[in-house]
Amino acid sequence: MLFLHAPIAVIFLYAFTTDDAIFSFPPPGLTVDWFRVTLNRADVWQALGLSLRVALVATLVAILLGTLAAAAVYRGKFFGREAISFALVLPIALPGIVSGIALRSAIGIINVPFSFWTIVIGHATFCMVVVFNNVLARFRRTGRSQIEASMDLGGNPFQTFRYVVLPAIATALLAGGMLAFALSFDEIVVTTFTAGQQQTLPIWMFSQLTKPRQRPVTNVVAVFVVALTTIPILLANRLTERTVE
Amino acid sequence: MTEPPAPAIRLDHVSRSFGEVTAVDNVSLDILDGEFFTLLGPSGSGKTTCLRIIAGFDQPDAGRVLLHGADVTQLPPYEREVNTVFQDYALFPHMEVGANIAYGLMIRSVAKPERVRRVAEMLDLVRMPGLESRRPSQLSGGQRQRVALARALILHPRVLLLDEPLGALDLKLRQQMQVELKAIQQQVGITFIYVTHDQEEALTMSDRVAVFNVGRVIQIGSPAELYEHPASPFVAGFVGVSNLISGELAQRITGSAETFSVRPEKISLQAVEQPSPDGHVSVKGSVRDVVYLGVHTRYLIELEGGGDLTVVEQNRDTTSMDVMSARGRQVRLVWDPKHNRRVSDGGGAALDPAG
Repeated sequence: MLFLHAPIAVIFLYAFTTDDAIFSFPPPGLTVDWFRVTLNRADVWQALGLSLRVALVATLVAILLGTLAAAAVYRGKFFGREAISFALVLPIALPGIVSGIALRSAIGIINVPFSFWTIVIGHATFCMVVVFNNVLARFRRTGRSQIEASMDLGGNPFQTFRYVVLPAIATALLAGGMLAFALSFDEIVVTTFTAGQQQTLPIWMFSQLTKPRQRPVTNVVAVFVVALTTIPILLANRLTERTVE
Repeated sequence: MTEPPAPAIRLDHVSRSFGEVTAVDNVSLDILDGEFFTLLGPSGSGKTTCLRIIAGFDQPDAGRVLLHGADVTQLPPYEREVNTVFQDYALFPHMEVGANIAYGLMIRSVAKPERVRRVAEMLDLVRMPGLESRRPSQLSGGQRQRVALARALILHPRVLLLDEPLGALDLKLRQQMQVELKAIQQQVGITFIYVTHDQEEALTMSDRVAVFNVGRVIQIGSPAELYEHPASPFVAGFVGVSNLISGELAQRITGSAETFSVRPEKISLQAVEQPSPDGHVSVKGSVRDVVYLGVHTRYLIELEGGGDLTVVEQNRDTTSMDVMSARGRQVRLVWDPKHNRRVSDGGGAALDPAG
C-alpha cells in the first residue's frame, strides 16, 4: 500500500511546488501557479481533447458491440460459441504490447493512415471486453423467463427489448461503459502503436518525462487523470454492488 | 346439423426432439373450451414442452397447434391469444405491481384510465386490492403468484397456460391456491391448461387430465376415471397409490396371470381366524411396516406367497397405539373383486370375478 500510494501522494504534492525543473524534497514553496500555466498550454488541451473523444467513441462502440456479442453468446447455442466467447475476452488477457504490435502490422498491411479511428479501434478491442462481461453476467442472472413473459403478453422483440431487456441491463451497461471509459482514457501501450504522430494525454505525459519543460505541469495533468479515471471506476463499482443485493 | 364447436386447443400429431431426446412424441389431444385441463406427468415426460409449444416459445418439429380451429403453429408468442403463468412468476422486477399487471395493456396502447381501472379489477379478483404500487421484491411468494396470474388474465386470453405455478409455495398455501385457482377459473370462464407433476393437485382442480410419460400421452380422462380405471400400470402407479398384482397370485385370484391393480383403501385387514365375506378375495400375510398418518394408517403387508401389498385404513375407531401394535401380526386381507382393475391392455376395465 505504501509503495503504491506514497508516490501518488508525491505526484500530487509536486503539482504545487515552486521548483521548475528539478524536484527537491521538501518542496521549497507551494503555489497553485502551475494550474494556471497548465490551462494555458495548448498541447495539454489538444491531448486531453483527443483522449476524451477517443474514450467516448471507444466506449460507445464497446457498449454497442459488447451488448450484441453478449446477447448472441447468451441466446445462441451455435457451434463455436465457447471459442467466440474466449476470443472476445482475449484482448484483455493479452499483453498490450502484443495487441499493439499486431494492430500496427494490421494497419500497415491494409495501408490505412494513422488517425483518430485507428486509436478508437485499438481501444474498442479491450473496452468491449468489460462491457461484454458485465452484460453477459447480467443476462445470466436475469434469466430467460422475463423475456418470454413479455413476448407472451404481446410484446414484439423491439418492445421486449425496450421495456424489459434494457431496464434489466441498464446498470450493467453503465458500469461496463464507465470501466471502458476509464480503461481507454489512460491506455498507453496499445495507443503508442496505433496513434502515429497523435498524442493522447497519457502519451503526452510520457513524452514530458524525457524532455521536461515546466515539469510540474505534468503533475497537474496527472491529478486530472487520476480524478477522471477513478471517479467512473468507483461509480461503476457502486452500481454493480447495489444491483447485486 | 351444426358442427360441434372447435376445441380451444388441438394438438395434432405434435413431436419435438432436442438432439437425441424425443421430448414430445406424436401427441394429439383436444382441450375443450372452458375446461380446466391438466397435463400430468413426472419430470421429463414432455408436459412442459407441450405447454411451451402451445404458448409459442417452442416450435414443434412436426404436427400442428390449433387455437379455436385456427392454425397457430407458426405464430410467435406475441401474436397468440394465449397467456402464461410462469413457474418462477417472471415478474418484471423494475416495475411496480400495477405496471406489471398492466404490461399487456400498455403494449396494446390501452388508455391510462382504462388500464388503472382494469388493474384494480384484477387485483380484486386475486384478492390483493390496493397493492398497485408495491415492488415485486416486497411481495411474498403467494402474492407474486397472484400478481403473475392477474398479469396473464388481464388480457382475457382465450386460453391460460399455467406451468407448475404452485411449485414454490408451501403445502398450506398450495392447497389454498388450488381452491382459489379453480374458483377464479370458473368465474372468468377461460380455458386453463395446467402443468404439474403433483397428482393430488391434478385430481383436486381438473375437469380432465392427460397423463404423460416419456413424451407420450398415456391416458386422458376425468380425475375419477383415471383413479378408478387406470389404463396402464404407469397410470395406476402415478395417479394415487396402487397395488399391482401379477403372475401366480393374479392367476390364483382372477384365474389369469394378467397384471391387475387394486387400490390400498379397497382392501381391509382382519384377523386370520375370521372368515372372509362371501365372494371376496382373501389373501394371508403379515404386517411388515406401519405408518401412522393421523387420518389414516398405511400398512405394508408381506404376503404369504411372496410380494408386498399396501393397505390403507381409516383411523375411525383406532388410535396410534392400536395400529402400531399390529406390526408383525398375521392378518387376512380381503377385498371385493369388483375393485380389481385390469391395467395391462390399456382398457382399465373392471375384471370379472374369478371363476
